[in-house]
Amino acid sequence: MNKEAAQELMLKMADDALIYGHRLSEWTGIGPILEEDIAFSSISQDKVGHAWQLYQLLEEDFGMPGPDQLGFGRKENEYKCCRLNELYTRDYAFALIRHFLMDHAEFIRYSLLRASSYEALAQLAKKVRGEIKYHVLHADTWVKKLGAATEESHSRMQAALNEAFPYALGIFEPGPLEQELIDTGIFIGEERLQSEWLDEIRPIIEESGLQLPATTDAAMGGRSGNHSSDLADLLEEMSEVLRSDPGANW
Amino acid sequence: MNMTPENIEKIKEIWQALKEVEDPEIPVISIVDMGIVTDITIDENGDVKVEMTPTFTGCPAIEVMRKGIEKKLSELGVERYRVELNYKTTWTSNRISEEGREKLEKFGLGRPESHEGEPRMEDIANARCPHCGSENTELKSVFGSTLCRSIHVCHDCRQSFERFKPV
Repeated sequence: MNKEAAQELMLKMADDALIYGHRLSEWTGIGPILEEDIAFSSISQDKVGHAWQLYQLLEEDFGMPGPDQLGFGRKENEYKCCRLNELYTRDYAFALIRHFLMDHAEFIRYSLLRASSYEALAQLAKKVRGEIKYHVLHADTWVKKLGAATEESHSRMQAALNEAFPYALGIFEPGPLEQELIDTGIFIGEERLQSEWLDEIRPIIEESGLQLPATTDAAMGGRSGNHSSDLADLLEEMSEVLRSDPGANW
Repeated sequence: MNMTPENIEKIKEIWQALKEVEDPEIPVISIVDMGIVTDITIDENGDVKVEMTPTFTGCPAIEVMRKGIEKKLSELGVERYRVELNYKTTWTSNRISEEGREKLEKFGLGRPESHEGEPRMEDIANARCPHCGSENTELKSVFGSTLCRSIHVCHDCRQSFERFKPV
Protein backbone atom coordinates (compact mmCIF):
# COMPACT_ATOMS: atom_id res chain seq x y z
CA MET A 1 0.00 0.00 0.00
CA ASN A 2 1.09 3.56 -0.67
CA LYS A 3 1.10 4.99 2.85
CA GLU A 4 1.45 8.64 1.89
CA ALA A 5 -1.49 8.39 -0.48
CA ALA A 6 -3.71 6.66 2.10
CA GLN A 7 -2.72 9.29 4.63
CA GLU A 8 -3.60 12.12 2.25
CA LEU A 9 -7.04 10.64 1.59
CA MET A 10 -7.87 9.92 5.21
CA LEU A 11 -6.68 13.26 6.49
CA LYS A 12 -8.90 15.20 4.11
CA MET A 13 -11.85 12.94 4.93
CA ALA A 14 -11.29 13.35 8.67
CA ASP A 15 -10.91 17.13 8.36
CA ASP A 16 -14.11 17.31 6.30
CA ALA A 17 -15.98 15.37 8.96
CA LEU A 18 -14.60 17.44 11.84
CA ILE A 19 -15.13 20.89 10.33
CA TYR A 20 -18.51 20.03 8.85
CA GLY A 21 -19.48 18.38 12.14
CA HIS A 22 -18.60 21.55 13.99
CA ARG A 23 -20.70 23.67 11.65
CA LEU A 24 -23.67 21.32 12.11
CA SER A 25 -23.33 21.56 15.88
CA GLU A 26 -24.02 25.28 15.70
CA TRP A 27 -27.74 24.40 15.48
CA THR A 28 -27.72 22.74 18.89
CA GLY A 29 -30.16 24.75 20.98
CA ILE A 30 -31.29 27.05 18.16
CA GLY A 31 -32.77 24.72 15.52
CA PRO A 32 -35.92 26.12 13.86
CA ILE A 33 -37.99 23.33 15.43
CA LEU A 34 -37.09 20.88 18.18
CA GLU A 35 -36.78 17.88 15.81
CA GLU A 36 -34.33 19.82 13.66
CA ASP A 37 -32.32 20.88 16.68
CA ILE A 38 -32.02 17.18 17.56
CA ALA A 39 -31.35 16.07 13.99
CA PHE A 40 -28.49 18.52 13.38
CA SER A 41 -27.00 17.71 16.78
CA SER A 42 -27.16 13.97 16.09
CA ILE A 43 -25.66 14.27 12.62
CA SER A 44 -22.93 16.45 14.08
CA GLN A 45 -22.17 13.82 16.70
CA ASP A 46 -21.91 11.18 13.96
CA LYS A 47 -19.53 13.35 11.93
CA VAL A 48 -17.23 14.05 14.84
CA GLY A 49 -17.30 10.29 15.49
CA HIS A 50 -16.19 9.65 11.90
CA ALA A 51 -13.39 12.19 12.24
CA TRP A 52 -12.30 10.60 15.51
CA GLN A 53 -12.17 7.11 13.96
CA LEU A 54 -10.16 8.32 10.96
CA TYR A 55 -7.68 10.27 13.11
CA GLN A 56 -7.42 7.20 15.32
CA LEU A 57 -6.61 5.01 12.32
CA LEU A 58 -4.02 7.56 11.17
CA GLU A 59 -2.39 7.27 14.58
CA GLU A 60 -2.51 3.45 14.76
CA ASP A 61 -1.46 2.64 11.22
CA PHE A 62 0.77 5.57 10.26
CA GLY A 63 2.08 6.86 13.57
CA MET A 64 0.54 10.30 13.26
CA PRO A 65 -0.29 12.26 16.42
CA GLY A 66 -3.60 11.25 18.04
CA PRO A 67 -7.12 12.63 17.45
CA ASP A 68 -6.82 15.54 19.89
CA GLN A 69 -3.63 16.85 18.35
CA LEU A 70 -4.77 16.30 14.76
CA GLY A 71 -8.23 17.68 15.42
CA PHE A 72 -7.34 20.71 17.50
CA GLY A 73 -3.62 21.26 17.39
CA ARG A 74 -2.75 22.12 13.81
CA LYS A 75 -2.29 25.35 11.95
CA GLU A 76 -5.01 26.49 9.61
CA ASN A 77 -3.05 25.65 6.44
CA GLU A 78 -2.52 22.08 7.66
CA TYR A 79 -6.24 21.32 7.48
CA LYS A 80 -7.30 19.63 4.25
CA CYS A 81 -11.06 20.11 4.43
CA CYS A 82 -12.82 21.40 1.34
CA ARG A 83 -13.95 25.02 1.44
CA LEU A 84 -17.65 24.18 1.46
CA ASN A 85 -17.43 22.90 5.03
CA GLU A 86 -15.61 25.83 6.54
CA LEU A 87 -18.00 28.53 5.29
CA TYR A 88 -19.90 30.19 8.09
CA THR A 89 -23.53 29.10 8.13
CA ARG A 90 -25.54 31.83 6.44
CA ASP A 91 -29.04 30.62 7.30
CA TYR A 92 -31.07 27.46 7.63
CA ALA A 93 -31.52 27.14 3.85
CA PHE A 94 -27.74 27.27 3.39
CA ALA A 95 -27.25 24.71 6.17
CA LEU A 96 -29.70 22.32 4.49
CA ILE A 97 -28.23 22.76 1.02
CA ARG A 98 -24.67 22.22 2.28
CA HIS A 99 -25.91 19.18 4.20
CA PHE A 100 -27.57 17.83 1.03
CA LEU A 101 -24.59 18.41 -1.26
CA MET A 102 -22.00 17.21 1.22
CA ASP A 103 -23.78 14.13 2.52
CA HIS A 104 -24.60 12.77 -0.91
CA ALA A 105 -20.90 13.02 -1.75
CA GLU A 106 -19.99 11.39 1.58
CA PHE A 107 -22.46 8.56 1.07
CA ILE A 108 -21.03 7.70 -2.33
CA ARG A 109 -17.43 8.12 -1.14
CA TYR A 110 -17.90 5.65 1.72
CA SER A 111 -19.91 3.31 -0.52
CA LEU A 112 -16.99 3.19 -2.96
CA LEU A 113 -14.47 2.81 -0.15
CA ARG A 114 -16.03 -0.50 0.88
CA ALA A 115 -13.98 -1.94 -1.98
CA SER A 116 -10.74 -0.26 -0.86
CA SER A 117 -7.55 -2.31 -0.92
CA TYR A 118 -6.83 -0.79 2.50
CA GLU A 119 -8.71 -3.29 4.64
CA ALA A 120 -9.13 -1.23 7.83
CA LEU A 121 -10.56 1.67 5.84
CA ALA A 122 -12.92 -0.63 3.92
CA GLN A 123 -14.23 -2.05 7.22
CA LEU A 124 -14.77 1.40 8.69
CA ALA A 125 -16.44 2.57 5.47
CA LYS A 126 -19.13 -0.11 5.77
CA LYS A 127 -20.06 1.14 9.20
CA VAL A 128 -19.93 4.85 8.41
CA ARG A 129 -21.97 4.40 5.24
CA GLY A 130 -24.89 2.97 7.26
CA GLU A 131 -24.90 6.09 9.42
CA ILE A 132 -24.69 8.52 6.50
CA LYS A 133 -27.69 6.82 4.93
CA TYR A 134 -29.77 8.47 7.65
CA HIS A 135 -28.11 11.83 7.05
CA VAL A 136 -28.97 11.69 3.36
CA LEU A 137 -32.53 10.70 4.16
CA HIS A 138 -32.85 13.74 6.41
CA ALA A 139 -31.33 16.11 3.84
CA ASP A 140 -33.52 14.81 1.00
CA THR A 141 -36.70 15.16 3.05
CA TRP A 142 -36.09 18.83 3.81
CA VAL A 143 -34.73 19.81 0.41
CA LYS A 144 -37.85 18.34 -1.21
CA LYS A 145 -40.15 19.98 1.34
CA LEU A 146 -38.66 23.46 1.26
CA GLY A 147 -37.73 23.50 -2.41
CA ALA A 148 -41.41 23.51 -3.26
CA ALA A 149 -43.21 24.81 -0.14
CA THR A 150 -43.67 28.57 -0.57
CA GLU A 151 -42.22 31.24 -2.80
CA GLU A 152 -39.98 32.39 0.02
CA SER A 153 -38.70 28.91 0.90
CA HIS A 154 -38.08 28.17 -2.77
CA SER A 155 -36.14 31.35 -3.41
CA ARG A 156 -34.06 30.93 -0.25
CA MET A 157 -33.20 27.35 -1.17
CA GLN A 158 -32.33 28.31 -4.74
CA ALA A 159 -30.14 31.20 -3.58
CA ALA A 160 -28.34 28.85 -1.16
CA LEU A 161 -27.83 26.29 -3.93
CA ASN A 162 -26.44 28.92 -6.29
CA GLU A 163 -23.95 30.07 -3.68
CA ALA A 164 -22.95 26.63 -2.37
CA PHE A 165 -22.66 24.77 -5.66
CA PRO A 166 -19.20 25.98 -6.78
CA TYR A 167 -17.93 25.16 -3.28
CA ALA A 168 -19.50 21.71 -3.54
CA LEU A 169 -17.56 21.13 -6.76
CA GLY A 170 -14.46 21.82 -4.65
CA ILE A 171 -15.18 18.64 -2.65
CA PHE A 172 -13.69 16.74 -5.59
CA GLU A 173 -10.44 18.69 -5.84
CA PRO A 174 -7.81 15.96 -6.30
CA GLY A 175 -4.75 15.87 -4.04
CA PRO A 176 -1.15 15.48 -5.29
CA LEU A 177 -1.24 11.69 -4.77
CA GLU A 178 -4.60 11.12 -6.49
CA GLN A 179 -3.17 8.85 -9.19
CA GLU A 180 -1.40 6.66 -6.59
CA LEU A 181 -4.69 6.24 -4.73
CA ILE A 182 -6.34 5.01 -7.90
CA ASP A 183 -3.43 2.82 -9.03
CA THR A 184 -3.12 1.04 -5.70
CA GLY A 185 -6.87 0.48 -5.37
CA ILE A 186 -7.19 2.50 -2.18
CA PHE A 187 -9.82 4.78 -3.72
CA ILE A 188 -11.43 4.94 -7.11
CA GLY A 189 -10.80 8.68 -7.45
CA GLU A 190 -12.50 12.05 -7.16
CA GLU A 191 -13.50 12.25 -10.80
CA ARG A 192 -15.57 9.10 -10.60
CA LEU A 193 -17.02 10.26 -7.27
CA GLN A 194 -18.07 13.60 -8.75
CA SER A 195 -19.80 12.00 -11.71
CA GLU A 196 -21.75 9.56 -9.51
CA TRP A 197 -22.65 12.43 -7.21
CA LEU A 198 -24.06 14.54 -10.03
CA ASP A 199 -26.17 11.60 -11.24
CA GLU A 200 -27.49 11.17 -7.73
CA ILE A 201 -28.37 14.76 -6.82
CA ARG A 202 -29.73 15.94 -10.20
CA PRO A 203 -33.10 14.12 -10.07
CA ILE A 204 -33.69 15.13 -6.43
CA ILE A 205 -32.95 18.78 -7.21
CA GLU A 206 -35.38 18.63 -10.11
CA GLU A 207 -38.05 16.93 -8.04
CA SER A 208 -37.65 19.71 -5.48
CA GLY A 209 -38.44 22.32 -8.11
CA LEU A 210 -34.92 23.74 -7.85
CA GLN A 211 -32.41 24.28 -10.59
CA LEU A 212 -28.90 22.93 -10.62
CA PRO A 213 -26.56 25.84 -11.44
CA ALA A 214 -24.91 25.47 -14.83
CA THR A 215 -21.49 26.58 -13.60
CA THR A 216 -18.49 24.27 -13.63
CA ASP A 217 -16.32 26.73 -11.68
CA ALA A 218 -15.10 24.97 -8.57
CA ALA A 219 -13.91 26.70 -5.38
CA MET A 220 -10.62 24.86 -5.01
CA GLY A 221 -7.77 25.27 -2.56
CA GLY A 222 -9.06 23.55 0.54
CA ARG A 223 -7.33 20.25 -0.19
CA SER A 224 -3.96 21.97 -0.33
CA GLY A 225 -4.55 23.96 2.85
CA ASN A 226 -5.52 27.18 1.15
CA HIS A 227 -8.62 28.29 3.06
CA SER A 228 -10.97 31.23 3.45
CA SER A 229 -10.78 33.33 6.62
CA ASP A 230 -13.90 31.50 7.86
CA LEU A 231 -11.74 28.51 8.80
CA ALA A 232 -9.41 30.58 10.98
CA ASP A 233 -12.42 31.96 12.88
CA LEU A 234 -13.85 28.49 13.31
CA LEU A 235 -10.58 26.99 14.54
CA GLU A 236 -10.12 29.85 16.97
CA GLU A 237 -13.52 29.07 18.48
CA MET A 238 -13.15 25.30 18.29
CA SER A 239 -9.80 25.14 20.09
CA GLU A 240 -10.53 27.82 22.69
CA VAL A 241 -11.01 25.41 25.58
CA LEU A 242 -7.96 23.32 24.66
CA ARG A 243 -5.75 26.40 24.39
CA SER A 244 -6.92 27.70 27.76
CA ASP A 245 -5.13 24.75 29.43
CA PRO A 246 -2.92 22.82 27.02
CA GLY A 247 -2.15 19.28 28.12
CA ALA A 248 -4.95 19.19 30.68
CA ASN A 249 -6.38 15.80 31.57
CA TRP A 250 -10.11 15.57 30.91
CA MET B 1 -6.36 -19.33 19.31
CA ASN B 2 -5.98 -22.29 21.62
CA MET B 3 -9.09 -24.47 21.80
CA THR B 4 -8.43 -26.81 24.73
CA PRO B 5 -11.53 -28.06 26.59
CA GLU B 6 -10.61 -25.76 29.51
CA ASN B 7 -10.44 -22.76 27.21
CA ILE B 8 -13.77 -23.60 25.60
CA GLU B 9 -15.31 -23.73 29.08
CA LYS B 10 -13.60 -20.50 30.06
CA ILE B 11 -14.86 -18.72 26.95
CA LYS B 12 -18.41 -19.90 27.66
CA GLU B 13 -18.09 -18.58 31.19
CA ILE B 14 -16.90 -15.19 29.92
CA TRP B 15 -19.79 -14.89 27.42
CA GLN B 16 -22.18 -15.67 30.28
CA ALA B 17 -20.54 -13.11 32.57
CA LEU B 18 -20.59 -10.38 29.93
CA LYS B 19 -24.38 -10.76 29.83
CA GLU B 20 -24.26 -8.80 33.08
CA VAL B 21 -22.54 -5.79 31.50
CA GLU B 22 -25.17 -3.22 30.63
CA ASP B 23 -25.51 -0.80 27.80
CA PRO B 24 -25.29 2.48 29.77
CA GLU B 25 -27.84 4.23 27.53
CA ILE B 26 -30.37 1.38 27.79
CA PRO B 27 -29.59 -0.28 31.14
CA VAL B 28 -32.08 -3.13 30.67
CA ILE B 29 -30.10 -4.77 27.90
CA SER B 30 -26.64 -6.34 28.03
CA ILE B 31 -23.85 -5.71 25.59
CA VAL B 32 -24.10 -9.38 24.58
CA ASP B 33 -27.81 -9.09 23.74
CA MET B 34 -26.96 -5.92 21.82
CA GLY B 35 -24.49 -7.85 19.68
CA ILE B 36 -21.68 -5.47 20.59
CA VAL B 37 -19.32 -8.25 21.71
CA THR B 38 -18.22 -9.99 18.51
CA ASP B 39 -15.61 -12.51 19.61
CA ILE B 40 -13.84 -13.94 22.66
CA THR B 41 -10.59 -15.87 22.19
CA ILE B 42 -7.77 -17.22 24.35
CA ASP B 43 -4.27 -17.50 22.89
CA GLU B 44 -1.50 -19.99 23.68
CA ASN B 45 -0.25 -17.82 26.57
CA GLY B 46 -3.67 -17.88 28.16
CA ASP B 47 -4.31 -14.23 27.29
CA VAL B 48 -7.98 -13.43 26.79
CA LYS B 49 -9.06 -11.15 23.97
CA VAL B 50 -12.55 -9.69 23.82
CA GLU B 51 -13.47 -7.98 20.56
CA MET B 52 -16.26 -5.44 20.36
CA THR B 53 -17.76 -3.31 17.61
CA PRO B 54 -19.60 -0.03 18.24
CA THR B 55 -23.26 0.47 17.37
CA PHE B 56 -22.44 3.97 16.10
CA THR B 57 -18.96 5.36 15.44
CA GLY B 58 -19.69 8.44 17.55
CA CYS B 59 -21.35 6.52 20.38
CA PRO B 60 -20.14 8.06 23.66
CA ALA B 61 -21.12 4.91 25.58
CA ILE B 62 -18.47 2.73 23.99
CA GLU B 63 -15.71 3.58 26.47
CA VAL B 64 -18.09 2.95 29.38
CA MET B 65 -18.84 -0.47 27.90
CA ARG B 66 -15.16 -1.23 27.44
CA LYS B 67 -14.54 -0.42 31.12
CA GLY B 68 -17.53 -2.59 32.04
CA ILE B 69 -16.01 -5.54 30.19
CA GLU B 70 -12.60 -5.01 31.82
CA LYS B 71 -14.17 -4.86 35.26
CA LYS B 72 -16.13 -8.04 34.65
CA LEU B 73 -12.99 -9.87 33.43
CA SER B 74 -11.12 -8.86 36.58
CA GLU B 75 -14.00 -10.09 38.73
CA LEU B 76 -13.82 -13.43 36.96
CA GLY B 77 -10.17 -13.66 37.91
CA VAL B 78 -8.86 -13.27 34.36
CA GLU B 79 -5.41 -11.80 34.82
CA ARG B 80 -4.25 -11.01 31.32
CA TYR B 81 -6.82 -9.64 28.92
CA ARG B 82 -7.25 -7.18 26.12
CA VAL B 83 -10.46 -5.52 24.96
CA GLU B 84 -10.20 -4.53 21.34
CA LEU B 85 -12.53 -2.22 19.46
CA ASN B 86 -12.66 -2.91 15.73
CA TYR B 87 -14.87 -2.93 12.64
CA LYS B 88 -14.11 -6.44 11.41
CA THR B 89 -17.75 -7.21 12.07
CA THR B 90 -20.10 -4.40 11.08
CA TRP B 91 -22.68 -3.82 13.77
CA THR B 92 -26.26 -3.71 12.51
CA SER B 93 -29.50 -3.85 14.50
CA ASN B 94 -29.94 -7.40 13.15
CA ARG B 95 -27.32 -8.37 15.73
CA ILE B 96 -29.69 -7.60 18.64
CA SER B 97 -31.02 -10.89 20.01
CA GLU B 98 -34.76 -11.62 20.17
CA GLU B 99 -34.50 -11.49 23.96
CA GLY B 100 -32.83 -8.10 23.58
CA ARG B 101 -35.62 -6.80 21.35
CA GLU B 102 -38.24 -7.86 23.89
CA LYS B 103 -36.31 -6.06 26.61
CA LEU B 104 -36.13 -2.91 24.50
CA GLU B 105 -39.90 -2.96 24.03
CA LYS B 106 -40.51 -3.44 27.76
CA PHE B 107 -38.17 -0.53 28.43
CA GLY B 108 -40.46 1.63 26.25
CA LEU B 109 -38.40 1.68 23.08
CA GLY B 110 -39.86 0.51 19.79
CA ARG B 111 -38.05 -2.58 18.55
CA PRO B 112 -36.02 -2.67 15.35
CA GLU B 113 -37.18 -5.47 13.06
CA SER B 114 -34.64 -7.47 11.08
CA HIS B 115 -33.84 -6.35 7.57
CA GLU B 116 -31.97 -7.87 4.68
CA GLY B 117 -28.62 -6.20 5.15
CA GLU B 118 -29.77 -2.66 4.64
CA PRO B 119 -32.96 -1.08 6.02
CA ARG B 120 -35.41 0.19 3.40
CA MET B 121 -37.52 3.30 3.94
CA GLU B 122 -40.45 1.10 5.08
CA ASP B 123 -38.24 -0.57 7.67
CA ILE B 124 -37.31 2.85 9.00
CA ALA B 125 -40.84 4.31 8.96
CA ASN B 126 -42.96 1.35 10.15
CA ALA B 127 -42.66 0.90 13.90
CA ARG B 128 -44.75 -0.92 16.49
CA CYS B 129 -45.83 1.18 19.45
CA PRO B 130 -44.11 -0.16 22.61
CA HIS B 131 -46.98 1.15 24.77
CA CYS B 132 -50.05 -0.42 23.11
CA GLY B 133 -48.63 -2.66 20.39
CA SER B 134 -50.39 -0.80 17.56
CA GLU B 135 -48.82 -0.69 14.11
CA ASN B 136 -50.79 2.48 13.31
CA THR B 137 -47.85 4.78 13.94
CA GLU B 138 -46.03 7.52 12.13
CA LEU B 139 -42.35 8.44 11.87
CA LYS B 140 -41.74 11.97 13.17
CA SER B 141 -37.98 12.25 12.92
CA VAL B 142 -35.17 9.84 12.09
CA PHE B 143 -33.11 11.38 14.90
CA GLY B 144 -33.92 11.09 18.60
CA SER B 145 -32.41 11.65 22.03
CA THR B 146 -29.45 9.35 21.32
CA LEU B 147 -27.78 8.38 18.04
CA CYS B 148 -29.55 5.02 17.99
CA ARG B 149 -33.14 6.30 18.31
CA SER B 150 -35.83 7.75 16.04
CA ILE B 151 -39.05 9.53 17.11
CA HIS B 152 -42.53 8.19 16.28
CA VAL B 153 -46.10 8.85 17.32
CA CYS B 154 -48.86 6.27 17.84
CA HIS B 155 -52.26 7.16 16.38
CA ASP B 156 -54.09 4.65 18.59
CA CYS B 157 -52.84 5.42 22.10
CA ARG B 158 -51.75 8.93 21.07
CA GLN B 159 -48.39 8.65 22.74
CA SER B 160 -45.13 9.56 21.16
CA PHE B 161 -42.33 7.05 21.54
CA GLU B 162 -38.74 6.48 20.63
CA ARG B 163 -37.59 3.50 18.68
CA PHE B 164 -34.26 1.75 18.37
CA LYS B 165 -33.41 2.49 14.74
CA PRO B 166 -32.95 -0.29 12.26
CA VAL B 167 -29.43 0.15 10.88
